[in-house]
Amino acid sequence: MLKEDCASTLKVHLAQSLPLPSNVNRPRIDLIVFVVNLHSKYSLQNVEESLHHVDATFFLGKVGFLATGAGQDNHCSIHRNTVLRLAHTYRSPLFFCDLEVEGFRATMAQRLVRMLQICAGHVPGVSALNLLSLMRSSENPFLEDV
Amino acid sequence: MDETVAEFIKRTILKIPMTKMMTVLKAWDFLSENQLQTVNFRKRKESLAQDLVLLCKENGVSLNDAALLDIICEDIDLSDMEQFKSSFKKILQRALKNVTVTFRDAEENAIWIRIAWGTQYRKPNQYKPAYVMYYSQTPYAFISSSQLRSNTPLLCQALTIASKHHQIVKMDLRSRYLDSLKAIVFKQYNQNFETHNSATPLQERRLGLDINMDSRIIHENRIEKDRVQRVTQEIFGDYSQPRLEFAQYKLETKFKSDLNGGILAEREEPLRCLVKFSSPHLLEALKSLAPAGIADAPLSPLLTCIPSKGMNYFKIKDK
Repeated sequence: MLKEDCASTLKVHLAQSLPLPSNVNRPRIDLIVFVVNLHSKYSLQNVEESLHHVDATFFLGKVGFLATGAGQDNHCSIHRNTVLRLAHTYRSPLFFCDLEVEGFRATMAQRLVRMLQICAGHVPGVSALNLLSLMRSSENPFLEDV
Repeated sequence: MDETVAEFIKRTILKIPMTKMMTVLKAWDFLSENQLQTVNFRKRKESLAQDLVLLCKENGVSLNDAALLDIICEDIDLSDMEQFKSSFKKILQRALKNVTVTFRDAEENAIWIRIAWGTQYRKPNQYKPAYVMYYSQTPYAFISSSQLRSNTPLLCQALTIASKHHQIVKMDLRSRYLDSLKAIVFKQYNQNFETHNSATPLQERRLGLDINMDSRIIHENRIEKDRVQRVTQEIFGDYSQPRLEFAQYKLETKFKSDLNGGILAEREEPLRCLVKFSSPHLLEALKSLAPAGIADAPLSPLLTCIPSKGMNYFKIKDK
């Protein structure tokens, strides 16, 4: 993501889980991407527990899920539908991207940077919520919105 | 007397196995009977060597005397090896009329033995030999599991008798990599092959990854990450691990469960279960588990004790 050309200043915080350590001063967080490794049930469990610590306002377009490892089907211990359901429950977009593959990684990074710029309010005319509804309308038709 | 001569004598003495110490010293004939009687041969070798060197100094030992001691060691050593070989071969030939035994000298004090097994009536099968690497100065031999397993007890017996030991114990340590087995058994795995100074701080030792140097990336869990690195390093060290492919745990323990009840929890008898870990390089894989976030640090001692205990096949029972 940092390699991308971006007019804004980009900072990435890496964390194993939430909540973040509280004794640190942090700039405003614009986007949270939860990375789920489909090869590990522990990964999903960790994300589910971390989600409880996220303020509700983030779910208006400032949260995304990234599932990695789908390419190696025989190593997957989490079903595709499970993450689909999770993303649906939290009304947030889900991306499938095998982070191990250079090409996919680069493309994904590009998408995330664009998304981040919008969430930070750096793209005039488009807000995080706009983006969310745009993405949702092209979602899988048989997962119905309640 | 020159200190270098004293050092040379000390090192030569340290190379002599305790079982041959008296033989060598008597053959050398440099220290008198009286002097030898004053020495306590039950001491630790290091300390015994020092005592002997002191006596040598008293007698005014010269470089020539030291050189003679060296030759005597070689002589006795060589003849010992020849004795082992002939004894080993005889034992096998007496038991099985048809057997091919071949020796090849390897590094110092080590020989390769190849055995092709036959029976009383059949010629040896040259396609399924057993191999043994024997280190004469140590109580260890490394055996490749021949496909004709029924001959293994005979092989062990021959090794025991020929090497003048009382019994042979099979270690629960198996690997395809002889060097790794040697490293574990001779406790040579914890040597730092890299030349860097191990006092350099953690940061500098993470090579190459920009991800740690770019100030735009913040690791929220740095403290925990560093703790995991530190704990992993304390347990596994800085050196490359010896190479094993498996670790196997045979469990015969009662089932333990957090939940109350359940069919398995009610069983009185122990549950038999086999857990096998396999990897192209098991110990390196275990070492990378905690830093990769797949396991908590410190790892279970059942996993980390493998090189220090010299075992990778375990049987676990309730206490």
